[in-house]
Amino acid sequence: MPDSADTVLRETLSDVLHGAGVAGGVSSLTRLTGGASRETWHFIVGGEPFILQRQRPGTPRDMHVEVAVLEAAYAAGVPVAEVVTSSRGMETNPLGEPFMVVRAVEGETIARKILRDDTFGSARPQLAAQIGRAMAQIHRIDHASIDGLEGEDQVAKYVQLMDESGQAHPAFEIAFRWLEANRPAPRDWCLVHGDFRLGNVIVGNDGLRAVLDWELAHVGNPAEDLGWMCVRAWRFGGSKPVAGVGDYEQLLNAYEAESGVRIEERELRWWELLGTVKWGLMCISQSAYHLNGVVRSHELAAIGRRVCENEYDALMTIRELSAGAR
Amino acid sequence: MTAPHDPPTAAQLTEAVREWLENHVMPNVSGAMQFHARVAANVLAMVEREIEFGPAQQQRHLAGLHELGCADDAELARRIRSGELDNGRGGVRDDVEAFIFESVVDKLRVANPKYLR
Repeated sequence: MPDSADTVLRETLSDVLHGAGVAGGVSSLTRLTGGASRETWHFIVGGEPFILQRQRPGTPRDMHVEVAVLEAAYAAGVPVAEVVTSSRGMETNPLGEPFMVVRAVEGETIARKILRDDTFGSARPQLAAQIGRAMAQIHRIDHASIDGLEGEDQVAKYVQLMDESGQAHPAFEIAFRWLEANRPAPRDWCLVHGDFRLGNVIVGNDGLRAVLDWELAHVGNPAEDLGWMCVRAWRFGGSKPVAGVGDYEQLLNAYEAESGVRIEERELRWWELLGTVKWGLMCISQSAYHLNGVVRSHELAAIGRRVCENEYDALMTIRELSAGAR
Repeated sequence: MTAPHDPPTAAQLTEAVREWLENHVMPNVSGAMQFHARVAANVLAMVEREIEFGPAQQQRHLAGLHELGCADDAELARRIRSGELDNGRGGVRDDVEAFIFESVVDKLRVANPKYLR
């Protein structure tokens, strides 16, 4: 039975959608598992499925930047959910906290299923090229037209996060030295998704259907997205580097075909190494939520022991790239 | 060896709880509860491995740090950061890298041995 708070949300939401031209009244409003910064709801209007995301109070980053990015991505032909309405630009927000409503995209997000279920057998061989094309589409969006996007040197950013963690990881220090000594030639900065990986995409039997989770979008080097995609954690046990199912060449060729920009494997792998260190530092942060008592969770605690997976991958990658350079 | 404590050892107690999670909890729950029970069983297996391998790994680690003239990982990290342990070709000295690699492999032998390639 829905409680009264849900009834209020359902009625308010119906009014908001009616104002946005989606008439018929909200039904089947269901709370989905959300992240720490927002709550997510699924509902139906006129037989069509929609998703509501509403920011939790006190969240540092404003959802309105993400809405602007998502709208620009949709207009640029990137496979993303269509924003139907949001609190961006509203004078008074009837839902209290910043929100957006998007059309739900049908498909699977769970990496294990995408990598192993028969349903996705025809999707897997296409995925790397589809991802490369989508990244190229994102990178040519005019980022200057979107207010509030940040950009900073990624090595400096993660050196700082390392220091703030209060932990010592000699393997990551080796990686930082190597990254500084082997920086690729700079590229023009562009809109970077920032968390484009398996787990943040919706896949159907025809392959990539939507790129999700634009919270970390920023301005930076285009190769950052390609490298992050290939971090071993996002292969979820798959044997190939791109989302566990594709080769570097498939990704890089599709990216070049769509953008006219050639990124070589060695440059991508510099960013993959940075992404490996980044995920290692994110593991430290997640276990710190438990250790600092923000949330008590054995799952978060155990993530602290996944840091060494990334130390291992970082050192292995440096060994491979150093051998290749001789 | 574990005196003054009586049997079972800490490792045996941990093992008993893990077996209970694996054989009696996990088959009887589903969804998020089953996932969290699996995480719990994996954590206990990790603790069992740390009890078994930890003491020898720690001795080896301290000996290696000593050979490099470092008191602890924090000092080693600082000296890598400062460039003191560079090889002059954009990397750190081979002996430093080899020691750190072995330490990382030791950590994985406890945390997730299947991850090693």
